[in-house]
Amino acid sequence: MSEANFLHNQKPETGSFFQRDLNWHPKAFTPWYKTSVVRSPQRAMLSLDNTISEITGPRFGHNILGELDNDLILNFAKPGESAIGPRIIVYGRVLDERGKGVPGALLEFWQANAGGRYRHKKEGYQAPLDPNFGGCGRTITDEEGNYFFRTVQPGPYPWPNGPNDWRPAHIHFSIFGHGFAQRLITQMYFEGDPLIPMCPIVRTIADPAAIDQLTAALDMSATTPMDSRAYKFDIVLRGRRSTFFENKKEGN
Amino acid sequence: MVQSLNRLKESASQTAGPYVHIGLTPNFAEIGGVYPEDLGTSMVNDKTKGERITVTGRVIDGTGTPLRDALLEIWQADADGLYNSPSEMRGAADPNFTGWGRCPTHMDTGVFTFHTVKPGRVPFPDGRMMAPHITFWVVARGINLGLQTRMYFGDEEKANKEDPILTRVEHQVRVPTLIAKREGDTYSFDIHLQGEKETIFFDI
Repeated sequence: MSEANFLHNQKPETGSFFQRDLNWHPKAFTPWYKTSVVRSPQRAMLSLDNTISEITGPRFGHNILGELDNDLILNFAKPGESAIGPRIIVYGRVLDERGKGVPGALLEFWQANAGGRYRHKKEGYQAPLDPNFGGCGRTITDEEGNYFFRTVQPGPYPWPNGPNDWRPAHIHFSIFGHGFAQRLITQMYFEGDPLIPMCPIVRTIADPAAIDQLTAALDMSATTPMDSRAYKFDIVLRGRRSTFFENKKEGN
Repeated sequence: MVQSLNRLKESASQTAGPYVHIGLTPNFAEIGGVYPEDLGTSMVNDKTKGERITVTGRVIDGTGTPLRDALLEIWQADADGLYNSPSEMRGAADPNFTGWGRCPTHMDTGVFTFHTVKPGRVPFPDGRMMAPHITFWVVARGINLGLQTRMYFGDEEKANKEDPILTRVEHQVRVPTLIAKREGDTYSFDIHLQGEKETIFFDI
């Protein structure tokens, strides 16, 4: 049982999740993002209400977290040193579609360094590695669904797709809610980045409002003066049906 | 005008990209010293109840090429058919079994491997028992929304024949895409993203 549920003595929810809006999410086949062409299923998916296999999901305790897991400036740095780049705090809430905070959600994030270079053997961009920056971090939301971490703002970088495609600066997020059906990976963009509307991966999303929802706002009120700017990024997971009535048999 | 339902929209998915390993399996990506071990690497320990099995396979694109940059997660019940989750209200699952595993596909061969136990049966919402199965979630560069599917067991022919989901599939000719073949203690399960053998993916 999650610590948050334990503290409040709440009964865990067992309702199924709201159906995903597949017109809001990117479609599988988006040929302007070339890699999707041969990796996109072409047949209709099998649509079903959740079973217990999707309603349940793994839960992670705070005991898995190390002290520096949410500090990308320090978690790979040599003692006394720190990552190079514009220092930022990213904070926000994990909510579900009902507007309820999601406590105990595991968030894992990864990103390029301030020059736009990933620490990965398949990465070939000429921008240098930062010896003090690994590029990964994780945290677990508190009782209200709040989270925060510290990092350097990643740089934009070129990638092989079109002849001159650049990714806007972004941070990847992986999120576990309370059920495996809520499993989600997405990306956070930064307010004011002119590369956002040009990016083929961003443009896999059809609705501009869905792109705005992935764009973090600069929050000068949360900024630490003379230290770090702050960006607010809320994440919304699938909502959950209330179990008003327990119907054991339905249509059978 | 009517009242607003005051619902939020789910955050839209974006691809996991080519560097998903940095975030989810940093030790595999040779980023050492940040986490003691990659999450989801081991699902079982010496005390786990149930029949030990290995589940292995590849994720194959529309050209027949295995993906060497995919990442898979699986979620399953324990040997008695209980999920290790706070939302499991039917009883307490085996504390020595997480039920959840994560594995990147091999960077050269594209093979994934999970060491787990064979799951027990769990009920469909109407009370009928489903055949034993493992839920799969696949992400990779070029996959815009994580793909969910299930693996059923080739040696559970009787249970598969009465499974409420497998029997609902309109094109029964596609059902074998969800069924893993057993050889010794190993089940082989290839996931085909496209083509003749395209795996049935779940909108669930």
